[in-house]
Amino acid sequence: MSDKQWNVRELMKQETAIQRWKVKGEKMIPTLLFLFTSISILTTIGIIYILFSESVHFFREVPIWEFFTSTNLKPLSENPSFGVLPLLVGTFTATIIALIVAIPIGLMSAIYLSEYAPKKLRKVLKPALEILAGIPTIVYGFFAFTFVTPMLKHIIPGLESTNILSPGIVMGIMIIPMIASLSEDAMNAVPTAVKDGALAMGATRLEVVTKIVIPGALSGIVASIVLATSRAIGETMIVTIASGSTKNFTFDITQSMQTMTAYIVEVTGGDAPAGSTIYYSLYAVALTLFVFTLLMNILANYISKKWKAQYE
Amino acid sequence: MRQLNPVLVEKRTNKKIIINHIAKGLFLSATLFALIVLAILLYRVCADGIAFLNMDFVTGKLSTDPEKAGIFGAIIGTLWLMLVVAPVTMILGVATAIYLELYAKQGKVRDFIQMNIGNLAGVPSIVYGILGMTIFVRTLQLGNIVLAGGLTMALLILPITIVASQEALRTVPNYMTEGSYGLGATKWQTIQNVILPIALPGILTGAILSLSRAIGETAPLVVIGIPALLIPIPGSIFDKFTVLPVQIYYWTLDSTMVREYANLAAATIIVLLIVLFLLNATAIFIRNKFEKTFD
Repeated sequence: MSDKQWNVRELMKQETAIQRWKVKGEKMIPTLLFLFTSISILTTIGIIYILFSESVHFFREVPIWEFFTSTNLKPLSENPSFGVLPLLVGTFTATIIALIVAIPIGLMSAIYLSEYAPKKLRKVLKPALEILAGIPTIVYGFFAFTFVTPMLKHIIPGLESTNILSPGIVMGIMIIPMIASLSEDAMNAVPTAVKDGALAMGATRLEVVTKIVIPGALSGIVASIVLATSRAIGETMIVTIASGSTKNFTFDITQSMQTMTAYIVEVTGGDAPAGSTIYYSLYAVALTLFVFTLLMNILANYISKKWKAQYE
Repeated sequence: MRQLNPVLVEKRTNKKIIINHIAKGLFLSATLFALIVLAILLYRVCADGIAFLNMDFVTGKLSTDPEKAGIFGAIIGTLWLMLVVAPVTMILGVATAIYLELYAKQGKVRDFIQMNIGNLAGVPSIVYGILGMTIFVRTLQLGNIVLAGGLTMALLILPITIVASQEALRTVPNYMTEGSYGLGATKWQTIQNVILPIALPGILTGAILSLSRAIGETAPLVVIGIPALLIPIPGSIFDKFTVLPVQIYYWTLDSTMVREYANLAAATIIVLLIVLFLLNATAIFIRNKFEKTFD
């Protein structure tokens, strides 16, 4: 009898010990998971630290005001000059061309999908548009270089074989699905009751779109355009392939212009020795690019948060 | 009191209806425009590349001679790269998602981490390339090997994987977790045996989609410094390598010198698009087949 009692007690002790270990193990799990989570924070810190600390080296050699005001970018000449303006002009020209293509087509697609399209057709069209978003940018670059540029040459005889127009247009096509799908989400969020109410009062679909859907979804539409702009600014392969590496300070869209991203590719692709001014200029340009896209993303976030919940 | 003039009203209404129809046609053609461009793009790529696409091309080694060139090395390079990217991004992504959804307390820290992930998703891929080049290639002196490229790509797609995993975890209904707790399971036991199995299809779908993003990405690898040289077929994650999109890039650039390189690039694009199509089809299959819906 006493033997058995001793056994049970021992078993209970053992069980408690195991439980304690389990509890200890459980308590470590959040810490472990937090360590994994911290990788994403470390990535941000890493990006910011690297861009700033290496840019400091650059700005020691090239004054910051010269970098932002000089229209000369000649990193390889004997008397090198490092002005970021040609790259900024190239980047924003390409982005504006892309937006001119993408905003009207993207918004009209969004309106059609959310207000006009029959359900069955919508089920086909939406995934088809998403295919466009899934195509790698290098493929768009190939398309711009081997198809769009030669085609445009028939229309504009003076077009150079690398120019900013063709990648701008193709970049616009690339961001159409982004604007279309985000804007459509915003348009769908406008309550059906309001739309149906207007229809019942005798408004046509078009009047519902212009007077109810677009004003109601405006924050989402603007946010989608800002996000698409940020995407276009950071886009690399299309402009690298199709716009060449001429560091012109020009506003002529038939000419080759270099964007910030294309400059980074060119410098890293060459054999810029670590520690040289060209090498550090890479980080200064990347920092400029990073700041622009970050501001755009924050702005898009702010717009969609600030004006959301109108109907909730 | 003015009476309604039915003729006038009808006139105005008819005009409005006609304008509405015109607008509808315009909106439809805008939607179709994008799809027509997609069709032209696919047609052009096929027309340029199909003649060069055969078994010798897929299994052949890189060569400067367009007649002999093959992309076997780039295919193997892509596979090795994915072998690094997939586990790293899956472990980090799912762990982060579990932490944020199930452990982190609601509050400023959690909001900050979430906002940070959102912002990371918007950082241009080329900036990740610079991060990878500076940390993995230069500081850690790994050189431009598969491991360095893979870690860079893993960081690039990490935000997408995290967000997709979070969404998958959120679909697990509350009564399932509560039921598990009610039976005396601990939090980790609940996660292991109840939450993860239910969320797994969603997590896998998201992971496959973000992997396909990594397969098509070019810029970070070009920045890391994958040379345009003929690289021997990589045998481990410590070897130098090239991947399909990088090969497309160099062949497209060099097509101004040798015309056939454009065809090689097009043929490589076909292979890349087939790989991406298969991956996406797998993701959709998993989602439709295994995802349970709870109401």
